[in-house]
Amino acid sequence: MQVIESSKEYDVIIVGSGAGGGMAAYVLTKAGANVALLEAGALWDVAKDGAMFKWSYDSPRRGFGGKEKPFGEFDGCIGGWEMDGEPYTMAPGERWDWFRARMLGGRTNHWGRISLRWGPDDFRRKGIDGLGDDWPITYDDIKPYYDNCDRFIGIFGNNHASETGLHNEPDGIFQPPPKPRGYELLIKDACDKLKIPCVPARMSILTQPLNGRAACHYCGQCGRGCGTHSNFSSPTVLLPPAEKTGKLTVVPHAMAREVLSDDEGRATGVSYVNTTNGQETTLRGKIVVLAASACESARLLLNSTSPRFPKGLANNSGVVGKYLIDSTGMSVSGFIPKLVDLPSVNEDGVGGMHLYTPWWVDNRKLDFPRGYHIEIGGGRRMPGYGFMGGIEEHPGGSGGGYGKALKEEYRRLYGTGVGFALRGEMIPNKDSYCEIDPEVVDQWGIPVLRFHFKWSDHERKQAKHGQETFREIIQTMGGTVTTPWRDHDQDYGLEPGGRIIHESGTIRMGNEPKASVLNKYCQAHEVPNLFVCDGAPFVSQADKNLTWTILAFAWRTSEYIAEQWKKRSI
Amino acid sequence: MSETAMSEISRRKALQVLGTVPAAAGISWTGAEAAQAHQHAEQARQAAADEKTAYEPKFFTKAEYATLGILVDLILPADERSGSATDAGVPEFIDFMLVDQPTRQTALRGGLRWLDRECDTRFGKAFAACAAAEQTAILDDIAWPEKAEAKGLSHGARFFSLVRDLTATGFWSSKVGVEDIGYLGNVPAPKWTGAPDEVLQKLGVSYDGLEKWYRPTDAGA
Repeated sequence: MQVIESSKEYDVIIVGSGAGGGMAAYVLTKAGANVALLEAGALWDVAKDGAMFKWSYDSPRRGFGGKEKPFGEFDGCIGGWEMDGEPYTMAPGERWDWFRARMLGGRTNHWGRISLRWGPDDFRRKGIDGLGDDWPITYDDIKPYYDNCDRFIGIFGNNHASETGLHNEPDGIFQPPPKPRGYELLIKDACDKLKIPCVPARMSILTQPLNGRAACHYCGQCGRGCGTHSNFSSPTVLLPPAEKTGKLTVVPHAMAREVLSDDEGRATGVSYVNTTNGQETTLRGKIVVLAASACESARLLLNSTSPRFPKGLANNSGVVGKYLIDSTGMSVSGFIPKLVDLPSVNEDGVGGMHLYTPWWVDNRKLDFPRGYHIEIGGGRRMPGYGFMGGIEEHPGGSGGGYGKALKEEYRRLYGTGVGFALRGEMIPNKDSYCEIDPEVVDQWGIPVLRFHFKWSDHERKQAKHGQETFREIIQTMGGTVTTPWRDHDQDYGLEPGGRIIHESGTIRMGNEPKASVLNKYCQAHEVPNLFVCDGAPFVSQADKNLTWTILAFAWRTSEYIAEQWKKRSI
Repeated sequence: MSETAMSEISRRKALQVLGTVPAAAGISWTGAEAAQAHQHAEQARQAAADEKTAYEPKFFTKAEYATLGILVDLILPADERSGSATDAGVPEFIDFMLVDQPTRQTALRGGLRWLDRECDTRFGKAFAACAAAEQTAILDDIAWPEKAEAKGLSHGARFFSLVRDLTATGFWSSKVGVEDIGYLGNVPAPKWTGAPDEVLQKLGVSYDGLEKWYRPTDAGA
C-alpha cells in the first residue's frame, strides 16, 4: 500500500483536539512551536453546525437522537457509545461502555461544564487511607495552572471553603454565579435541614465577558454548542488563539494508527489513516503529544510495537492500559407536589445546575473510603421527544386516562420532577484495564481495545449511601421518590463503567518507571519526546469531574515541553 | 403559469421525493435526509390541505391512519386553551417516527389490530366505525393500566400507553403544545435574575441570607 509521507517535520504533533489537545495546541503555538493537530473526526463550526435556539418542532424527530446522538438530536457532539466501523470488545461477563467523539474539539463540544478544582487530598489519597497510589505531584504544583484556567477560560462559582469548612474544595478565581432557580432553592432548604452543604455550582460558563467572548445569555443549551462562545469548548476557546499564531495546522479526518519511533527509542512521528479516502499517511515530528482520550491514547501506544518496545511504545513496564477508571454514577428522581401548578416562568438559566453539593462527610465515620458530589436537576425544560412519557405511573397523577382531564394533567405535572445524580470517586483496581483484542480490528484494520472492568464494594457502598441520601432529601422536600431502590445485586444503582464518560488512568504517571508510564511532567519514562495530555496520566479519580484537571495538567505539561524544546533538551 | 398548475407541480414533486423515503425496516436517516424528508412531508401535507386531500401516510395503511387520527384526538382533544392532537400534526409525527425508528412498528400495527378485533367482538364493527360512546367505552377499559389488567385487557392497555406517550410527545413538542404548556425559555436573556417573587412565595423560599453569594452589583445577579 502506498503511504504518503510528508516532507515537513513539525516541532510537535498532537493527537486529539479536545480539552488536552486543544490546550497543548494553545500553549505550544504561543511558545512558537510549529504544531500539527490530528483529529479523527471532521471540522465542526458552532456558528454553522450548532443547534442553539432550535425548537423541538424544527425537527421531525423532535429531538430524538438515537444511537448516533445519545444525548439527543441537538447535542453538539458527534459520537457515542457505539460507532459504526469502530467496535471494541469486552471480557466475558464484564462491561465498559466507551464513549468516543469524532469531531474537532471532541467531547468538549457537549460536556457538562462542571469544573471542580481538585483539592490537596485528591493527590495523596493513599497517604490518607492507604488505597490506590499517590500522585507524583501535589496540589501546590498544579494550583498555578488551575488559576490560569480560571482566568483564561473563565468559570463561575464562589469560594466557600472558609464558610463550609470543606478544606478539600479549594478557592478559585470565580465570576459571579447565577442565582438558584425556584426548585433549586427548595432543594437547598431540604439540604439545610439535613446539614448537607448546597453551594453555588462551579461551571466554565461566562457570566461576565472575557477575552472577547460574550457573557452567557441563559438559554440553557450549552450542550448544543454555544454560538456566542460563552462556555468552554476547545474549538471556541483554545484553538482560535492557537490558529492566530500561524503555527497551527489542523488535520481533520486523521485516524491515528501508530506512533512511530526510531532505534534509539525516540518518537519520530505519527502514522494515520485519512478517513475520507483511506489513504495511509505519516507525519514527522520532533515531539509527540497524545491527547486522544485515555483509552484511545493507550490503544495507540499498545498498537505501536517495535523490537525495542514489543509490548507497545513506552510500555516496557506493562502498565499501559492498566488502572482504567471512571467516575461512579447513580441517580434518583422524585416528584415534588410543591412544584405543581407553578406560574409559567423561564427556568433555562445556564446549561446546567446553579447549585450543587460538594462531598461533605468525614470518611472516618463511614464504612467506605472516598466520596461523591451531588448534581441536581429539574425545572420546566423545553418539551421534546419523550416528553412526560409513562404518565400512567406518575405520582400525583390519575394512573392513566385520556381526554381533557389528561391534557390538564400534563399541564399540572409539567416541571414537578427533581433529579439527583451522584458523581464520585472510584478507586483504581487491578481488574479494570484495557488491552488489544487479539482478533478484532476496526474498519481501517487497526486492532481494537478489549475492556475488563469491575466495581468493588468501595464504590457499591458509596452508591448505597448516595441512594439513602437522595431519598432523604426528596422526602424532606415533601416529595415522592420515583426511582426504585436498587440493592447490592444491582450495585445499588451504579451505572456501568464508562457511562459517566470520565475515562482516565490508562497511562498513569509516577516516580517509579517500573510502576508507571509517565513522569511527573506526563513525559514517558522510556521515550523522552513523548507526552500525554488527556485523562490517561491520572493516578486516581476524585469526587470531582476531571476536565478542569485535564486542562490544568495539559497546560503544565505543555509549558514544560515548550521549555525543553527551547533548550533543545528533548 | 397559473397558481393551480404551480401547486400541482410542487405537490407532485414533493410526493415523488416522499416516495423515495426508506419504508423498509432497519433504515435510519441522516440528520440532513430526515430534515429534507420532514420538509417535503410538510410541503406535501400543506399541498394536500390546500387541495383538501389527505396526507399520505408512509407507514400506516389508510385505514390504520384514520383510526390513529381518532385515537390521538380522543387522547388530547381541543379545549379552550389549544387545539387537538391532529391540529398539532401528531398523526404525521407518529407516521414519521415509525419509519425513522422501526422498532415500534409491530407494537403499533398489532395494537391497532387488537383494538379493531376488540371492537368487532363487542360491537360488530371496527373502531373507526364505532359510535363515540362505543369508542370511549373501550378507552375507559384500557386507558388505566391497573384497571385494564384487572379486566384481562393488559394488551390493550400496553398499546394505549404507547399511543398516549407518542401523542404526548408529538403534541407537547409541537408549536401548539409548547405554547399551551407555558415553556417560556429558548430565548436570549440579557441577564439572569433568578426566580420571580410569585414563584418564591408559592414555594415558600427566598434569597434571604444568600446575599453573600449573589451580590446585586454583579452582572447576572
